[in-house]
Amino acid sequence: MDLLDILLSASFWAAAVRIASPLIFATMGELICERAGVLNLGIEGIMVIGAFCGWMTVYLGFGLWFGVAAALAAGMVFGLLHGVLTVPFGLSQHVVGLGVTLLATSVTYFAYRLSLPEVTIPPRIEPFQPYAIPVLSDIPLLGAALFAQTPLTYLAFATVLVVSVVLYRTPLGLALRAAGENPASVAAQGLSVTAIRMGAVIVGSGLMAVGGAFLTMSAFSSFFFEMINGRGWICIALVVFGAWKPGKALLGALLFAAFDALQIRLQQTPLGALVPYQIFLMVPYVLSILALVLMSRRAEIPAALMVPFNKGER
Amino acid sequence: MGADDGAEVVLRLDRITKRFGALTANDTVSFALHRGEVVGLLGENGAGKTTLMNILFGHYTADEGSVEVFGKPLPPGNPRAALGAGIGMVHQHFTLADNLTVLENILLGTRSMWRPGLGRRKARDRVGRLSADFGLAVHPDARVGSLSVGERQRVEILKALFRDARILILDEPTAVLTPQETTALFDTLRKAVALGLSVIFISHKLGEVMTITRRVLVLRHGRIVGEVATADTDRHRLAEMMVGAEVTAPKPTERQPGAPLLSLRGVCTPDRGNAPGLRGVDLELRAGQITGLAGVSGNGQSALAGLIGGLERPETGTMVLDPASHEAWSPRAALGAGIARIPEDRHKTGVVADFTLAENAVLECYAAAPFSRAGWMNWPEIDRFAARIIDTYDVRCPGPRTRIRLLSGGNMQKLILGRALDPGPRVILANQPVRGLDIGAVTFVHAQLIAARDAGAAVLLISEDLDEIMALSDVIHVIYEGRLSPGFARASKTPAELGVWMAGHGFAGAEHAA
Repeated sequence: MDLLDILLSASFWAAAVRIASPLIFATMGELICERAGVLNLGIEGIMVIGAFCGWMTVYLGFGLWFGVAAALAAGMVFGLLHGVLTVPFGLSQHVVGLGVTLLATSVTYFAYRLSLPEVTIPPRIEPFQPYAIPVLSDIPLLGAALFAQTPLTYLAFATVLVVSVVLYRTPLGLALRAAGENPASVAAQGLSVTAIRMGAVIVGSGLMAVGGAFLTMSAFSSFFFEMINGRGWICIALVVFGAWKPGKALLGALLFAAFDALQIRLQQTPLGALVPYQIFLMVPYVLSILALVLMSRRAEIPAALMVPFNKGER
Repeated sequence: MGADDGAEVVLRLDRITKRFGALTANDTVSFALHRGEVVGLLGENGAGKTTLMNILFGHYTADEGSVEVFGKPLPPGNPRAALGAGIGMVHQHFTLADNLTVLENILLGTRSMWRPGLGRRKARDRVGRLSADFGLAVHPDARVGSLSVGERQRVEILKALFRDARILILDEPTAVLTPQETTALFDTLRKAVALGLSVIFISHKLGEVMTITRRVLVLRHGRIVGEVATADTDRHRLAEMMVGAEVTAPKPTERQPGAPLLSLRGVCTPDRGNAPGLRGVDLELRAGQITGLAGVSGNGQSALAGLIGGLERPETGTMVLDPASHEAWSPRAALGAGIARIPEDRHKTGVVADFTLAENAVLECYAAAPFSRAGWMNWPEIDRFAARIIDTYDVRCPGPRTRIRLLSGGNMQKLILGRALDPGPRVILANQPVRGLDIGAVTFVHAQLIAARDAGAAVLLISEDLDEIMALSDVIHVIYEGRLSPGFARASKTPAELGVWMAGHGFAGAEHAA
């Protein structure tokens, strides 16, 4: 009974879309990288630094969109680092990715302590406010869920659209997909596999950072260290769940977010009094694992994912 | 020669030289290609054919020399320039992305990356026309991953034609094709030439070179050693030029077989996936005898090879070795019993691609003296051993410290052969020992197997090539669905008679009776 009430409440669906938004950005970022053949495990750290940079920029008195741009730029810088090490140098993508995550997280901590040495409670900023789209937001249930969100959420959905169009409808997307499947096919056309992969990692990392910034600039109004809390790793799973396709990955992000929104609400039902709350916290992860197992069985992994490309090699 | 009929020169190579370390892959190579002709580029593995074409296409940069296309110099090391000049290359290993459709693969790289839209509709029409003109039937919206090898090759040719290639370079195009697909490819090439294109046909298959080319260039050790009009030569002379010596297929001389060194009595092994196991196999491998195993692939050859090589144990029945082995049967026990193995798939199970030649040479004996003592590798000894094998078995390579993946198939196989034969094995398991090798290497491998037999080894030769089996074997068995035919003495059966056995007739108790 309770469950039905929750599922029919507009606030539940609005929360699901809100929780999904940062995941959508970061999942699209990771998807671009992996489609080009580079696994980017720097995602967790890049989201942390994105969250920090966006928030700090606004705290320093700049506009909200300026904050988003700052996050994007910070992500791209770390993407550049990841790209240089994994693409032209061909180092292990696992090791470099974990290194980037550690580095980005530590740099954030360092910058935070340097800029706010005395502070115990991080200062708040004025975040993005929900903007209800006229007419559309009046649709029952759906309206509140999709059309009364902050601009960053709308941007997240737009990103999915742009990524799909670029991947499937442009020469650039064609080359990117080919680079992740058989880089020799790209090189045989005289195109640079290095440039395509570098570009994908840089842009993808920028999107990851914007996903992080969503948390400090739209979901919450402050920055704290635990806030990314494994969301980056979830996005890696979502890319697999989505079988490396933007639309399916979006669906996965929404599904995961819905489970997350559900468990918070289930905790407040009579059931919540009986069952330890940790069980509820586990729900989205357990269900994600199940969905992942079911969905990804027939997924086609980009054949050249994690395979460095050397031009002269036979 | 042969092409002095005034046809326009479309491509001219002038004294191209390319070195990889100490190895000179191309040594002052010069030739001219004319409009509307198919030129064969013939050479053994490692003769430098592929290197030369990669220079032409800009994948490698030549150390010396220059290339001219349609009278204009071609800038080196720039594939886009080569494409722009009208050179289209069909690589031995296809450069297609499996996750894209045929049309997408063709479109890849044809438009500026920053343009929106792919122009699919126009491209589809054009691909349709090219398909019809050149006899290259393939569905433009099929995913490349779902295509057969022959269809993929058609896509590669279409890719080149779509870019207005006037010069087609085909690197070992028939290596992966069925005879029917090869015939279709030749039809396409004839159409292309009739339309004024020029083709360089790289191959080591003499029959095909004789069929399709007008002129043949022979490359040996990186140099052009001969240029002849196809009409003025024959297979035998081409083979001689290619190898640099009289080619005579080695023939074993009549010899009295010795005692059985390995006997199977009623051996059964379990099926492995689609590969059938053995069903009551009786077999004797005798000293000084080559036992040939004929049969269509997938009829239990791998089960028998696995059994003798130590990967598989008899489920029922017995295997007796002379001298008897008391260890539990395993690859190590097999090696200990003096069984040498030349595996079917040299890339997958024969070598570790990223190990050096030296490391690969001691893969089966690294744990024993003199190659290691008390758990320490003895690298000087290993290098000496590898150098000896390289020397004795004519492995063309820069040196023992080269990664083996850089070697051609023939040279890789020679190293495996050397590794197997050097210790003087009692039993030799040669599974498809010459698959994918050229004449020179085939002759060499066969001669070595015969020499081992004459030295008293028992050789089991597994091959799908009936000619090879018949030329070498003292005794021939046919394998069919895990069953073994009786042994037929040399020359007691015609190929047609063996073919009947290979189709499953004559086996006692076989389900197949049709």
